Formats: sequence, C-alpha cells, structure tokens
Amino acid sequence: MGAAAATLAALLLSAGCASDDEGTPSGGASAGGGGSIKEGLSVAFLPKQVNNPYFTVSDNGGKAAVEEFKGEYKEVGPSEASASSQVSYLNTLTQQGSDVIALSANDPNAICGAVNQARQGGAKVVTFDSDTNKDCRDLFVNQVTGPGIAENQVKLISDAIGGKGKVAILSATANATNQNAWIELMKTELKKPEYSGIELVTTVYGDDKDEKSFQETQGLLSAHPDLKGIISPTTVGVAAAARYLSGSQYKGKVALTGLGTPNQMREFVKNGTVKNFALWNPADLGYLAAYAGAALASGMISGKEGDKFTAGKLGEYTVGAEGVVVLGPPTVFDASNIDQFDF
Amino acid sequence: MAPERTGRSARWVSTFGTWDVLVIVVLALVVVGASVLVEGFATARFWGFLLLDIVPIALIALPMTLIVITGEIDLSVASTLGLASAVLGQLWVAGLPLALAVPLVVLLGALLGAVNGLFIAGFGLPSLAVTIGTLALYRGLAYVVLGDRAVADFPIGWTGNSIEALPGTTVPWVVLPLAVLAIGFGVLLHATPIGRGLYAMGNNDQAATFAGVAVARTKFWLYVVTGAVAALAGVFWTMRYASARADNGAGLELSVVAAVLLGGVSIFGGRGTLVGVLAGVLLLMTLRNALQLADVPADTLTVVTGTLLIISVVGPNAAGMLRARMRRRRPSAPPVASAEGA
Repeated sequence: MGAAAATLAALLLSAGCASDDEGTPSGGASAGGGGSIKEGLSVAFLPKQVNNPYFTVSDNGGKAAVEEFKGEYKEVGPSEASASSQVSYLNTLTQQGSDVIALSANDPNAICGAVNQARQGGAKVVTFDSDTNKDCRDLFVNQVTGPGIAENQVKLISDAIGGKGKVAILSATANATNQNAWIELMKTELKKPEYSGIELVTTVYGDDKDEKSFQETQGLLSAHPDLKGIISPTTVGVAAAARYLSGSQYKGKVALTGLGTPNQMREFVKNGTVKNFALWNPADLGYLAAYAGAALASGMISGKEGDKFTAGKLGEYTVGAEGVVVLGPPTVFDASNIDQFDF
Repeated sequence: MAPERTGRSARWVSTFGTWDVLVIVVLALVVVGASVLVEGFATARFWGFLLLDIVPIALIALPMTLIVITGEIDLSVASTLGLASAVLGQLWVAGLPLALAVPLVVLLGALLGAVNGLFIAGFGLPSLAVTIGTLALYRGLAYVVLGDRAVADFPIGWTGNSIEALPGTTVPWVVLPLAVLAIGFGVLLHATPIGRGLYAMGNNDQAATFAGVAVARTKFWLYVVTGAVAALAGVFWTMRYASARADNGAGLELSVVAAVLLGGVSIFGGRGTLVGVLAGVLLLMTLRNALQLADVPADTLTVVTGTLLIISVVGPNAAGMLRARMRRRRPSAPPVASAEGA
C-alpha cells in the first residue's frame, strides 16, 4: 500500500487554474464520460501479478472505464509478483507505444528506469494501489488515506459497541509502517469527545499469519474478559479473528470490524459474527486510475497539484500534493451489500 | 570446436553437434518468424532490452554448463545472486564505496560456492541435495541481511551504466564483459586439458580419476567459480534494477538450468557445448520476449518454457536411443557402449 501521504486538507486546496498546456477541452472526442477524453487511447493495466483476485477486480474496473471512453484496454503482467519481473512488461509496453500505463508497483525503485523509458516513449504512467518513487510516474491513485482509515474504523467499532467499552487492536507485524501509522491515527481519533466512552486496552500482533492472528485473538479474550470489540485493520487478521469468534462463546457478543475482503468475510457477516467491515473498492480504484491516465493522455490535465478531472460515475477528482489522487473514504461492507462484491 | 578423442566421444560429440545446430536453426526460425509476425520485434530497441534480460542468465549459464557437463548441478545460484545483492545493499548503506563493496561481494560469492564445493567434492554428497539446501539457506540469509527492505539509493553512475548502451548502438555495454567471459569459458571447456577432464568426469568419475583427472579438486573450484559469477550477476541485477533486495533473482536458477539443457548439455553429464548453451539462452529469451510483445499471457509463457525444457531433455536422449536401437539391428555395427544414464 502506498505512502498515504496526501492529506485531505491538501485535497481541499482547490487551485482554480486550468492546466497550462492544451487546456482546451476539445481534443476531437465525442462521447465518453469526460466529454473530452480522446477516443482510441491504448490503456494497459500492469498489476503486481496476474491471476491475483484483488488485481483482477481492480483491472476489470479499469476495463469498464476504458470501454466508457472508447479506448483499447489490455492487461499484461507477470505471473509472480517479484520486484523486477514488471520491467520486461514495461519494456514491452514501451515498444508497443501504449498511451496510458496503469500499474501497481512491486518495488518503488526497481521499475523506475523502465517507467521513465515508457514516459520518454510517450506513455502517461499512473500508479495505483502501490506507488513508485514520485519522480517516476505522472500520478498515483491512492486507495485510501491514513486519516480516512482511522476515522472509518473507529466509527464502525463505536457503532457496534454502542459507543462504550474496552476495545483492542489486532494488527499485522509490530514494525508494519502502514499499520502503525493507522493505529496512531486511531488513537488520535479516539480522543474525540464522541468516543470518550471507549478505552483502547491493547494492541496485539498477528504478524499477518492466520494461525498467529487466531491465537492472538484467543489470548486477547482470555486476558480481557470484558472486551467489547476488536479492530483488525489487516485482511489476514480480521479473517482469523472472525473465524475464532464464530466458533467461540463470544460470537455476537464481542464486536469485530477491520479491513477485510468480502470473499474472506462473507460467511462471518452472514452468520452474525461480524456486522460490518471496510475496505476500498478495488474496482473503483482501477476505474479511477484509467480515467486519470486518460485525462493525462488527452492533455486535459498535466498532473500538477490542483488539476481537476471527471472520472465517469465516480465524479470529479482533484490532484493533490505530489501528484496523488485519493479514491475516497473506504467502502463499508455489510449483509445488505456484500453479495455485490467478488474479491 | 569439441575435442576429438576416442571414437566413442566423437560419436557423442556428433550427436550433440546436431542438437547444437538444431537449436541454432530453431533460433533463426524464431527470429525470422517473429520479425514478420510480431510488430516491434525487428527493432534495435527490442534487442537492447532483450540483451539486458539475457545478461544475468547467460552469465550464470557459463559456469553452470561446466558443472552440468561434469554430471553435477548447482541450484543455489539464484540464491547466491540474491544474497550478494542483499549484502551489496547493506555494505552500501554502511558507507562502503561500491568500488570496494563489489569485489567483496564477488569474493563472498566465491565463498558461498566453496561451501557447496566442500560438501559436494569434499564429502562426496550429491550436488542436487546439497544445492537445494544452500538454495534455501542462502536465500534465508539474504532475508536475514536485508529483511524485506530495499536499498535503492545507489549512485546514478553505477545504475545508469549498467543499462547504458555502447555509443551509437542499443547494445548494452555489459554485453562486452559477458562476451569476454564467454570466450574464456569456451576456451577452457573446449581447448584445454581441464575441459577434456570435465567431459571425462561427466562420463565416468572413476575412469576420469584413473586417467589422472583431479576430480574432487576440479569440482570444488567449479563451484567456487560458479558462486563468484552468480555474485557478479547479483551485482549487475542490483545495478540494473537500482534495487538491492533479498528476493532478487528468485527462481532464476530454473531459467539457467532450462537454458543449459535446451542448449544441448546432457543432464547426465559428459555432453554439451558452450555455443549450444549460448544459443539455448538466446532461444529461450528471444521466444519469451517475442511472445510477450505479441501479448501472450504470462501463464502461456510459462507453459511454453516448460514444454521447451521437456523437449530439450527428451529430444537428445530419444535421438540417442533411436540411434542405439538402429545400430543393434545391424549386427556389423560395433556394440553400443553402455553410457551412463543415456
């Protein structure tokens, strides 16, 4: 996951000026979401790995967008997510003269040289999900911001326990950068007056391993019998915790929420162990990346801070500091909508 | 180019001569076919990228050819590459200049190879088992050194140079040292007593010993050289991708072994030429990159690579068996020597 550096505040700073070059939104286009996106753009999606369910969903979101603005879509990528395996695919796309490359980087540095060659060859490069160094790419479509996650997770657990009681966090590894940043932000969030009834008793680490997360959940509940809720902002942790709870006496009594995928969590939502949980929608992420790339390739935006573009059904977005576009608040999944998602 | 010795080995060499030629012919067909069919194939840029992709595999394939000819194997090469990369990154972080860190890393590679050599040549353990062990061990050590971090702040002078082309061409300059090494290994294998000793060892260790070949010592040094070359490939890898990581080159040993076998080196030892191997590396990578350029999905590429490997193992052996059977039918023909494993 990306650096999540762009703050919402930065996003709100709307710079009114239009892009400095090719500012006229004519471009010879007719139909399509943006109205001024060129037709026939070749858009290539390069995920960390092909045949990975998460990226299949995000790339299909991109495909839907490309079909809307009448471009040519394709997905290429390595079968194993290694750091350098993406380079030869980038080289291939460079030779093929792609207009837009939307990629999720396996390594922020190893692909920089190849990305730069692609850009010299005329391609606009948008990263999504995982960024490269900010100097390499044109834009980064970030799925989430740290404050966005913290706000959402605290709200969900507060609603689930009625705003009162002890909660704990089940994290990944003790030195996971993203997790620690989110946990700090959650602590800040919990200081707000509306959450004064909630006490965060501890944070435990399941190391993103299923059995360790399972055991840690077990340990949490024996150490804190009066625990009301658990937040697990990691997909492995939340699924393991849900599995433990659903087979224990605590099912339905101890609330659980976190960041999980609908496929992992479906049975636990349906059997009442988990009321709701959150994650960004990967299809929307791919969709937004495709529109961002198309807007760049059509000369509608240059990628500088304050540039605005319309991403079809998702509406208008503004480029934030360091060329970051934030997808928005996480999607909340519950019994009413979980069957609409397959990832 | 192959040594002319007894009638027996001459026959083997001729069997293999034909496989070499076949690989080169197929390579030529692939090049011609792809030039016509695949847009962007017949461009200088494609070949520039291709050569960069080839360098680490070709580099390690050189000593690997010699090892497989002696009837042994080294599966730890990609892990040696990864460990070399991780250590290079750590030394750079610690403030060592690259001009000093690089030779140290190559020395480390030699040491890692010596560990393999000690177990295989010294204690007579099977190379497959030993190097599967060090495959895991060296990769594990790479993670101990660097964890899941990446070191990326190498000076542009080094990272840029590793992909820089020779003036006026798109040929990356690293192809030059590769060519020098290839010639060196070619001469060693095909024109020196040491090289003839390697073939003899591949045919029969004991016979080679009786013929005065220092089997254990030669094998030991082969592993040392292989380790050093794998570490050198690790240096190149790190600079090309501007990223020292513990998982660098993971799985590369399979590409190297595939290329060596495709190039006509017998997995049972005793047969093969370096020219064949270089043609094998080129064929494997040209085909892969051409299919990629033609938008063939990654899974299909893996299937194609696997199929090629099977053909390369079955092909020469089937041809050999067929020939042997035909000879047996003709009573006047000399009896076929019971070749090891053929």
